[in-house]
Formats: sequence, structure tokens, C-alpha cells
Amino acid sequence: MSEVNLDRRQFLGKTSVGLAGLAIAPGMMLYDFAHGRAAGEEASGKVRWGMLIDTNQCQEGCNDCVTACNKENGLSGGTSPTDAQWMRKVELKDMRSGRTTSLPVMCQHCAEPPCVDVCPTAASFKRADGIVLVDKHLCIGCRYCMMACPYKARSFVHEPLHDQKPDVPRGKGTVESCTLCVHRVDKGQQPACVEACTKADHKAILFGNLNDPESDISKRIRSVASTQLRADMGLDPGIHYQGI
Amino acid sequence: MKPMSAKPFSRVESRYFYALVAAGALVVAVGLLAAHFMEEHGHIVTGMNNQIVWGIPHVFAIFMIVAASGVLNVASIGSVFGKTMYKARAPLSGLLSIALLAGGLSVLMLDLGRPDRIMVAATHLNPTSVFAWNVLLYNGLFALVAIYLWTMMEKRMNPWSKPAGLAVFAWRFILTTGTGMIFAFLVARQAYGSALLPPMFIVMSFAWGLAVFHVVQSAMYAWNSKTLDTEILKRLKNLLGLFVIASLYMVATYHLTNLYFAKQTGFEHFILRDGGVYPLLFWAGYVVLGSLLPLLLIFHPSLGKTKCVVAASLLVILGSFAFLYAFIIGGQAYPLSTFPGYEVSSSFGDGQIASYTPSLPEFLLGLGGIGIAFLITIIGTRALSTLPQDIPDRRK
Amino acid sequence: MKTILFILLLAITPMWAEAGIMPKLDIGKGGKCVAEPQWMRKNHMHVLLHQRDETVHKGIRGGKYSLADCVDCHASSKNNSVLGSNENFCQGCHAYAGVKIDCFECHSNKRREIAEVGK
Repeated sequence: MSEVNLDRRQFLGKTSVGLAGLAIAPGMMLYDFAHGRAAGEEASGKVRWGMLIDTNQCQEGCNDCVTACNKENGLSGGTSPTDAQWMRKVELKDMRSGRTTSLPVMCQHCAEPPCVDVCPTAASFKRADGIVLVDKHLCIGCRYCMMACPYKARSFVHEPLHDQKPDVPRGKGTVESCTLCVHRVDKGQQPACVEACTKADHKAILFGNLNDPESDISKRIRSVASTQLRADMGLDPGIHYQGI
Repeated sequence: MKPMSAKPFSRVESRYFYALVAAGALVVAVGLLAAHFMEEHGHIVTGMNNQIVWGIPHVFAIFMIVAASGVLNVASIGSVFGKTMYKARAPLSGLLSIALLAGGLSVLMLDLGRPDRIMVAATHLNPTSVFAWNVLLYNGLFALVAIYLWTMMEKRMNPWSKPAGLAVFAWRFILTTGTGMIFAFLVARQAYGSALLPPMFIVMSFAWGLAVFHVVQSAMYAWNSKTLDTEILKRLKNLLGLFVIASLYMVATYHLTNLYFAKQTGFEHFILRDGGVYPLLFWAGYVVLGSLLPLLLIFHPSLGKTKCVVAASLLVILGSFAFLYAFIIGGQAYPLSTFPGYEVSSSFGDGQIASYTPSLPEFLLGLGGIGIAFLITIIGTRALSTLPQDIPDRRK
Repeated sequence: MKTILFILLLAITPMWAEAGIMPKLDIGKGGKCVAEPQWMRKNHMHVLLHQRDETVHKGIRGGKYSLADCVDCHASSKNNSVLGSNENFCQGCHAYAGVKIDCFECHSNKRREIAEVGK
């Protein structure tokens, strides 16, 4: 009775360890292959998308960026209090000097977004590459993020929508804002506003990877004075402005 | 002495009861219709827009939620601080708390852009969001108050009513702090973003809760041909007066401190002087009608009788609605200070005072919430006999 | 009596699965199926649920179960949409089964080329 067959136990033990190793090994190999960027690859924190807006080049009355944004995203372009505006031109007048400036304002894609902190369902979230988005599948339409945003970047959809763009789903009862044209960026293109501004040769908006020290935007931010809106709040927006 | 609940339910009383339930049910039905209308057509049928995102429903809802917490004071003074007179009132206080909370939450949930996604809200909780914490806190309060009511009504559980009362007391402090934090965390808005808001909401909950309790108790007494003992009335009214003074203090501190910040003076002038309907509601509605007049009715030597105290309580409630309207909607109407030092204009309302016109569906939804609280109170009191029965003091 | 009726009821259940009772669908372009139709009927909601998280949170687009690709293929050639009548691909089965579709509150129900030009 006390004669336990140790050989059999040792054989089973070694075999199971070997089998476990065989089972895990392919997984470890796949993990390694999935590292490099390819089709079907996810956004990564190695990139931080941002924009630099040169307000000196921005003209009062020019709405090219806003028009392009509306067209790309299927927005109505209306300006009534219930119409969604992902991007708008703001006219500034310095209260002391009287100097006027014009610039576009949209979601600032903060590194510390207040909208993400307050969202009860985590529908408002920051993607790994810095783009702040609303996951409309989770949005319950409480509008708390709209209260929290320092830039009034978000809009609420007040009525049923039809004819949405296939790449830009939007629906009644959810909150939305500038997506930095994430559907274009993921394909390697630039946001529609940037493309429109560049095509019209206004040279006011520059888009690129803030994490890459050799990108055009990083080089320009290193060389000219630029600021962020309400920089005092410590949110570190991804949108930089030159000339204010 | 035969307890009142042992008397058979008379014909007259039952007619009264069913009529009240029918009236309450009608209000609730209309409220639900309004909510359906809003969900079907979208918020375009309301007065809310991209500048004023929270409107009349939120005024009603926040009043009810804050009052739900404050109404438990009466029970706490009984269970936690051991004052007998309040113990008789504790069951009604607990029931009212559940009723008001249910009403307030119903309004909030029905006003959502996607009310069909309540399950998403219940299953996806963002730990940094006060709203997500509130899902846990509010449901926790329902559970704790239910347990508390059970310890008071089930004889063998009576020894547990003190710890249950303590748990409820602590929980609702956290809950009302959470309600204040909803606004306190909005750093970007000049009307909010202040650490003073959670304590202010706690103090206001005391005043609003007690006012609601008194109105409800007086109505029940009137419908059951009972009168409140003058000694008890005196204590309740003095307490109400104290809470009204304390909440005036918090509001005054909040505004006076704000006025000292140079960057806040623009907003303060708007809300206290130049903003049209908002200063009007604040001063005439909250300060005069909602605080000073009730104090006069409560403390003036020749006043302070039953009718005066009920009137005072009703005025406090009216004042609270005025305060919340100026606070919630006025706070959103004032533009964000995105470009300090600049005059701003845009197609999206930058730099402009936003306008808001309350709509009928919003009012109906808010009233529907009140109707829910009303129904729960009426049916609950009938079912659980929570009408306060005072044992006469034999020592007299 | 009750037993007989009950057995009769059970006996005719195979009839419910007959093709004549299933909705007639306009499957649009058709062609090579993404997966077995019966498997898709049972699992399309699960794969779409997973795919949406991949797309929204990780930015992986054009996956096997991309909703926009589903619509591109299955939109009817008559109205270029998966909705509109009980013969359209999505609406047909969903109306029959009595399951409300939430997707097209936000997502376009028209195939890409038409939706882009439409505005």
C-alpha cells in the first residue's frame, strides 16, 4: 500500500510542464510579432497627436476649417443654440490694446481631460495616442462632460439624425466633439480642417506627432513662442496656439 | 389608549386616501408622458441647449435629492442623539427620504439623452466620476434606510436601530457631500469649482429636509384631525429657523469670498446684480421670501403658531427652488473665461450670456418626480403606519 | 384532451423552421460570406460588440466584422440601405424577431459610396 510509483508521478510532472511550455510558447511568440505597427494594429502611446494654430495667419471671416469639418463629419453647419458645432471661429479683441485676433477653437484633446474624469460610464475617454473621444455606445447623455469642459468643446445631439457619414457615427441623445478626424488619422491622413487650411494656402494649422522631436510641429513649437488655452488649469491640451 | 392604527379604516378616510392616490398617479402619468415625448423627439423639445445643458428637471431633481438627505435629520436626532420626541417621527422621516430620493432619481434618469441605457450606467462605473459614485451612494442609501425602517418597526430589531441610524447618518453625509461635489469639481466654471459647495449643500439639506418634513407632517395631521403638541412644534420650528440661518451663512460666505477674487467679480456682479432673472430669483426668491420671511414667521413673538410654521416651511421650499434655479441655470448662463483679458465672440455663444426658456415638458417631468415622492409617501404611510404617534408625557 | 393538443403543438414545431416562414431578405451584393449564415444569425451581435471596442478604443478599422463593411455589402440595391422595408437585410429579420436595432441611431445605414455623395 505504501509503495507509491514515483516514476509515474515524475513522468506525468515533467510531461505536463513540457506541454504547458508548448502551449504558452506560441502565445509569447505572437506577442512579439504584434509589437510592430501594421494593419489591424492599435493606436499607441508612442504617438501624441497635436496641432499648432498660427493665429497671425488666421483671418477674420475665413471659415475654411469649420466648413471642411462640417462637411467631413456630416454636421449641419447650423449655428442655432441646439446645433452641434465641433469647431468654431472665435473673434478676440484685447481689452486693453484693442488688437483683434481670430482663431478656431475645438476640442483641445487635453492630456488631463476633465471630461474624462467626470464621465460616469467612461464613455468619454482618452485614446493611447492622445485623441479624446466619446464612445457613443456607452454615452448615456447625462451632459456632465459638457459642464466640465473648460473650452465648451462638446455638443449634445438634440434631435434624431439621418444621413450620417459612414465613418462618423453620431446619434440623438449622445454627446460629441471634435475627434481630430480620428477616422482619417488612422488611415494616415490629416484632419479635414488641416487639409482645407493647407489647400487654401493659409498656413494657419499644423498637425503632427508631438512625441516625435523631429516632426514639423515639434520643431516649430521649439522655435516659436506658443501657448495653450487656459494653460493655468494644468490640463496640457494637445492644441497649441501661436500669436495670443 | 387605543393606537390609531387599530381603528378600522373609515369610509371617509378611504375616499380621501383613494382620491389622493388617484391625483398622485395622474401627476406621475403626465410626467411619464412628458419623459416619453422628450425621449422620442430629443431634447430639442425642451429649453435646454448646448450652452444651458441642465435645466428645470435638474432643479427639481437636485431639490428632491438634497431634501431626501436632510429629511433624515429628524430620524437621526432620534436614533443617534437619543431625543425621544424625534423617535416617534423617525419612520416617517425614513419613508420620506426614500420617497424623495426615488422621485429625484426618476427625474434625473428620465432626462438623460439615452434613458434606455440605464443598465450601461449601472454596469460601467468610472471611479473618478462623482456620478458613478452616486450610483453606489444613492442605492446604498435606499438599502440602509430600508434596513433602518425595519429596525424601528420590527420589535426584536429595535436594539439595532441606533447603529442603523448611525450608519444612515454617516452615509447621507457622504451622499450630500457627493451632491455638492458634482458642482465643486467643475473647476472651469466660475459659478462652481469651490470647496465650499459640499458643506453648503449639507447645511441646505438640513433646512430643506426639515421644511419638507414639516409640511408633510402638518398635512397628514390635518387630514387625520390631529394637532401637533405645541412643545414639539416649538422645537421643530426653532430648529428650522436655525437651519435657515445656517444656510444663509453658507451662501453669504460663498458669495463674499468669491467677490474678493478679481477674476470672479464679473460673474458675481452677473449673478447678484446684472443678470436679470437670476439676481431677482436669488434676492427676492431665496433671500427674502425663502429665508428672511420664514425667519420672521418663526421667531416673531406674536407669530410662530401652527399656520405660521407651515407657511414658513412652504416658503423655505419655494426659496430653495429659486436658489437652485439661479445656481444651476445662472451658473451655466455666464460664459466661460477661455480667453482672460479678451472680449470674445463666436457662433457658439463664446463670451455671451446664454439664454434659456423653460419648456412645459421639463416642468411636467419635474412635477412627475414630485408625484412619485407623493405616491410613495401616501401609500407607504397607509401601509406602514408611519404617522407619528406621540406618547403623552406622563410626568406632566 | 389537453395532452393531445400539447403533443400536436410540439409536433408542428419543426414546421416553424421551414423556409416559407422565415423573412425574405434582399441580401444586397451577397457573394462570399463572412461566416456561415446560421452562425452569423446567432453570433453577429457578439462579434459586433467586440469589434466596436476594437475600433473605438484601439483604432483598429476594417476588421472582419466591421459594421460599415457589413452595410456596404448587404445594403439593398434598391434603396442602398439595410433599413427601409421588411425586405431589407437588417430590418427584415429584426422586425420578424421583434428586436429593436440600436446601431442605426448613430451609424449610417447606407452603403459608403452613396452616403458620401448623398450630402
